[in-house]
Amino acid sequence: MSDVLLAATAVTRRFGGLTAVNGVSLALQRGQVHAVIGTNGAGKSTLINILSGELAASSGQVTLAGRDITAWPQPERARAGLGRSYQRSTVFPELSVFENCRLAAQASRQRFWHWWRDAASCRLSADLAGDALDRTGLAADAHQPAGLLAHGRKRQLEIAMCLAGEPQVLLLDEPLAGMGPEETDRILDLLQTLKAGHAILLVEHDMDAVFRIAETITVMVNGSAIASGAPAQIRANPEVRTAYLGEDEGAH
Amino acid sequence: MQTLIEAGGLHVYYGASHVLRGVDMHIGPGESVGLVGRNGMGKTTLIRSLMGHVKSAQGNVRVRGSDCTHAQPHAIARMGVAYVPEGRGIFPNLNVRENLQVAARPGKRAGQDWTYARVLDTFPRLRERLGHGGQQLSGGEQQMLAIGRALMTNPDLLILDEATEGLAPLIVAEIWRIIRDIRATGMSTLIVDRNYRAVLEHTDRCLVMEKGLIVQDGDSASLARQPEQLTRYLGV
Repeated sequence: MSDVLLAATAVTRRFGGLTAVNGVSLALQRGQVHAVIGTNGAGKSTLINILSGELAASSGQVTLAGRDITAWPQPERARAGLGRSYQRSTVFPELSVFENCRLAAQASRQRFWHWWRDAASCRLSADLAGDALDRTGLAADAHQPAGLLAHGRKRQLEIAMCLAGEPQVLLLDEPLAGMGPEETDRILDLLQTLKAGHAILLVEHDMDAVFRIAETITVMVNGSAIASGAPAQIRANPEVRTAYLGEDEGAH
Repeated sequence: MQTLIEAGGLHVYYGASHVLRGVDMHIGPGESVGLVGRNGMGKTTLIRSLMGHVKSAQGNVRVRGSDCTHAQPHAIARMGVAYVPEGRGIFPNLNVRENLQVAARPGKRAGQDWTYARVLDTFPRLRERLGHGGQQLSGGEQQMLAIGRALMTNPDLLILDEATEGLAPLIVAEIWRIIRDIRATGMSTLIVDRNYRAVLEHTDRCLVMEKGLIVQDGDSASLARQPEQLTRYLGV
């Protein structure tokens, strides 16, 4: 258990009278995909927002490699190795696919820039961006304006931008939404190879994908984690089948 | 039989890229049509051209026989075509109730109207969120709202572009059940969904797109029995 990179302890977030996330605890380990599944509006994206620092927790604690980062703002967490992707694409439409990635790489590495030097000449961020595009299968589209990509390709770019920042922890919010079967396979293979060096949190509704790749699954309903465990355990859990999987889905 | 909507020789460009390369298609009254193909083949662009959101360089779009090639999206919507766009497009500054009621329109078939109450019965989750702003909803709730809003217009043709994206398995099953019910009432549908098996199961006819062209147009049941075609066009 020493390889826990990111841990949340009894994290709660209230919006006025609504408790969106209610006392959720989980630990992300290097070498594992931890899936969070749950009904719509259960608080999955809010949980990711709390972990990534976009939302403050009302109570509870978040640690990164043992350090308490509960009070850290999002950019600081990103530079410390916490990367995330968004459910809706957040690419810059007028910039090329490559430039989107290069910006992501640049943002994660704050260094002294000679103000008269073109940022495009920075080898490090260019290499990171190129590498991220290769891994996500977007190299052929590198010079297309990102806004012209089909929806599924934008989703791949979203993951590439996350990788370009060289994070240790990946928080992926429905990365497979809108992808076809080929892209889904490619991204699952990519996650499989990324596992070794990263701790990955995966929010996803594609149950075939979740059961194929996750080591641990946490199920959220109405803000609370109702179950957490190995895939076989979750699949067999009657409460989870009623609340989320559906009676028939559990078997397939 | 008059077609509900049809496109003839549609060409669309985004700058230098030629996205639709002469598309011909039609949907008849009460017909349920699937549209499948890999990402980036032009499915969403075709839908957006039918709806008047994208200007075609060549070709025409007809709704019930009248030329709508240059019609605005709202004019096409008033002719009975409802659209659930990929990405939902709900009004962020209106609450759930307002998002639904702003679309309310009486239907042409008495007794089968989609009312505010019926939409809420279909998506009980929305009833719990009536006063919440569109931007305060979770992704899946927004998806339900987008479908509910389209049904509120009591359309003759419902276009669903990845309508099940981001929804929990139980809700996805529910959406397909609703699509089945809608079909039974005689409403036409045009369905794009990554789950091609469900598309084939819930449509009469299926169009396959590749590189801006319709490369297959046949009945869904027989396409479902041709694994080599599915592999070729969908990579499955």
